[in-house]
Formats: sequence, structure tokens, C-alpha cells
Amino acid sequence: MTVMTRRARVVAAAAIAIAGVAATAVFAQSSTVDEIAKYRAALQDGNPAELWEARGEELWKAPRGPKKVSFATCDLGLGAGVVKGAYAQLPKYFADADRVMDLETRLVYCMVTQQGYSEADATKGPFGGPGKKSDIEALVAYVTSQSRGVKMNVALGHPKEKEAFALGEKMFVFRGGTHDFSCATCHGEDGKRIRLQDLPNLMTVAGAQKAYTTWPAYRVSQGELRSFQWRLNDCFRQQRFPELVFASDASIALTMYLARNANGAAFDAPAIKR
Amino acid sequence: MRKQIWTWGCAAAFAIAVVGCATAPSDVEVSRQAAAVLKSSFKANGQAGLDRLDQDETQRLCTQYANKPLPKDVAEMIEKLNLASIKWPADGKWTGDWKNGEKIAQEGRGKQYSDDPKGPVGGNCYACHQLTPQEVSFGTIGPSLYGFAKLRGFNDETRKYAYGKIWNADAYSACSNMPRFGHSQILSEQQVKDLVALLTAPDSPVNK
Repeated sequence: MTVMTRRARVVAAAAIAIAGVAATAVFAQSSTVDEIAKYRAALQDGNPAELWEARGEELWKAPRGPKKVSFATCDLGLGAGVVKGAYAQLPKYFADADRVMDLETRLVYCMVTQQGYSEADATKGPFGGPGKKSDIEALVAYVTSQSRGVKMNVALGHPKEKEAFALGEKMFVFRGGTHDFSCATCHGEDGKRIRLQDLPNLMTVAGAQKAYTTWPAYRVSQGELRSFQWRLNDCFRQQRFPELVFASDASIALTMYLARNANGAAFDAPAIKR
Repeated sequence: MRKQIWTWGCAAAFAIAVVGCATAPSDVEVSRQAAAVLKSSFKANGQAGLDRLDQDETQRLCTQYANKPLPKDVAEMIEKLNLASIKWPADGKWTGDWKNGEKIAQEGRGKQYSDDPKGPVGGNCYACHQLTPQEVSFGTIGPSLYGFAKLRGFNDETRKYAYGKIWNADAYSACSNMPRFGHSQILSEQQVKDLVALLTAPDSPVNK
């Protein structure tokens, strides 16, 4: 695979994406932890996430929105248009917005302030589904891919960064809903699983590092690339909470808590997951 | 904003005892702010309204003490509060049909905004517990319940404990990971009885 051109890899990835969806039913039947690991390993060499990365790169470079400008002027924290290594330092405080932002929130900010989209248009398709592609998820795939191999280095220098971390830490243990679930109910102990699915303990550095550095991910069971905003959104759905608002303060605070705890580990996504 | 938090936190803490306020906002104040930010970060969707973020006393205390040992008096208070609220079966019968109980234990749907509000609501017991030896896809967040009554005895004491624990787990173990299935109106009285049967009936596969 290493000698293949990007285009060839994308074609190969497309074939796997289709096979992945077809294989889902069979896969569910033989759902043992070993089988999952084998399956994952078999797909490592041709992750369909590359389709999203390629589309995201085009979106990043193309003039967009009412003002017809590209993301070349968008500062993800390392300077205008700099993508390489940017994700490994997010979330962070941005003085121009006077707010701590994760990647998705920053992309929306650039779409609104530079490309001229309305807030509603910029946030209307955060997650892809059958028949509808998400530009945000493609952009996330591209930007995150440019931090592969870079060590997570999220700072808590600004008071608002510290505040976001403290709030995220508390939100992680916030019990609510009909079932009294918090994030920690499933992700607060080592070596646990739900049905046969292993659960990372996100309250430990090792657990946060392993989990956070492997999102976003191509989900074989869904045939979609999923962002970290999606991961949080779907966890809360299963917690029986109401719906987490895309790019909301709580989503950023929780991302800050988990990303900061992953500091020191090499970022390794977009990954591929069941 | 941050200065404000510290001020409030210190004022609240000062009322109880003089603590180290110079370095960080108090835990109570961070909890309060986290709850407020959460409230503004969610939207109602289908059956899951924003009221699901309104914590009752048990949820509030369990959140407050989540990152530190739960003081004995707080634990006792939570257990007493929850025990007192258990609605015991009016007909005095603890058990129902274990075969229905097995279906309820398998059913993972219910109460998510993506679920049909008129559709089935289950206990999803296998997500966290081993129960029957036939089901190998079980989680480990809770203890194995295989042999539940075989180990504890086929008697009313075991049945009453199972009923109470499923109805309101916090009555027996403060800040349990287990939902309060009866208390929070997730399962009906009959569904709880059917689960009690799954755990305690001599002919249930749980006790084989």
C-alpha cells in the first residue's frame, strides 16, 4: 500500500468501504473481542477514512461560501492556513473569538467570519448519514490526518482553558437522566465492558491517550467517518440525556478534559473502528 | 468570570468552614457551573426533554462526591432516602414470569431520544451483568448474577431484596452505577417482578 498513489489508495478504500457495510451483518454474528481485533487489523492497510480525508482536503483548499474564500486564512492555532500538527494542540483559547474552541467549533467560526456563512448554515450538517455527506466530518478527517504521529500537546495556560478543563472534568461525572448515568458510569473503571465491547477508562491517562488519539474514526458498522463531536453526541444519546448541541460549551469542555488527559501520546487518527 | 466563580465558591465554603480558597473554585461551585453549562448545551429531542438534566438530591450528591470517597453519613443519607421511596408490590407478590424477565433483560431499547416512545422499554441487564449461562454476550460493569438465588436461598428475603434492588439500587448501595428502574419509572412493577423471577425462580436458567 505504501507505494500506491493517493488516488489508488482512495479507490482501494472505496472498495473496502462498500465491503465493510456488507460485512456488518456477518460481523455482528461472530462478535467476539478477538474477531473484532482481527477485523480491525485486516483493515488497517486501507482505511476508508481516506475518502473523507481526500474530500476534506479539497474542501479546505476550495473557495467557499458567499465570500468565496478558502480556509487558507483560517487560523487553527498555529497560524493562518497551517494544518500540520494543529489538531494535536486543540482545544485551545482563541483571542479573536474570546473562547476555547475545539476543531469543529473553529471550523464553524472560520466559515462564519471568513467565508460568510450564517451560523445556521455552518452548523446544519455536522454528521453524515445515509444519502447526506457532512462537509464538517470531511474537513475534520483532513485536518486531523495532518496531526498523525504528532504528540498531543494541549495547553492549560489561559484561565479559560483551565476553566474548560475543570468544567469538563466535572461534567464527566455529572449524573442525570432517567438512568442516573454519567460518562464515568461506563468509562471510569479499568477492564470493564458493555456486552462484549471493551470500555476505555477515560479517567486514567493511559485510557484517555488510547481512546482520544484514535478519534475521529471510520465506523465499519455505520459506513461513516465519525468526528469527536459525534462520539460525544452519541454517548449522551445512549446515556438517555437530551441531545448534545453541536459545538456547544459542554462539548468543548468535555473535549478539553479528554484531550488534555491524552497529552504526550502520539495522535493516530483517523482510525478505523467496529 | 473566573474571578466570579472563586468569589461565590469562597463565600459558600466560608459559611461552612475556612478552606483553601486562594487556589481554585470550590468543588460545589464547579458542580453548579457545570450543571448550568450543561443545561445550555443540550436541546430537547423527542421523549428526552431538558428536564432530564435537572438532578434530584441523589444525583446531585453522587456527582458532588464522584471524585472522592463518599462520606459514610452521606452514603447512609442517600440509602435511607431511596429506601423510603421504594413502592413495594401492593399484592405482596415479589415475582412474575422469568421468561418475560429474560426478554426484559435482553431488551436494550427504551428512553433514548432515538427510541420510539411507544416502543418496548427494557432493563438491558446483559449490558452489565452475566445472568443465564446461555447468553455469552454480557458486560462486566456489574457483578455476575448467575446462580443468584441458588447462592442466596430460594426464599422471600432473597425475592424482596431483588425487587428492592431493581426498583432502587441506591437504597442498598449509594451512588450505584445501576439505574433505579422502578423509582425512575423505566420499568413497570410487573416488569420488575418478571426480572425478580428471572433471578429467583428455581426453574430459571439463572439458577441452573
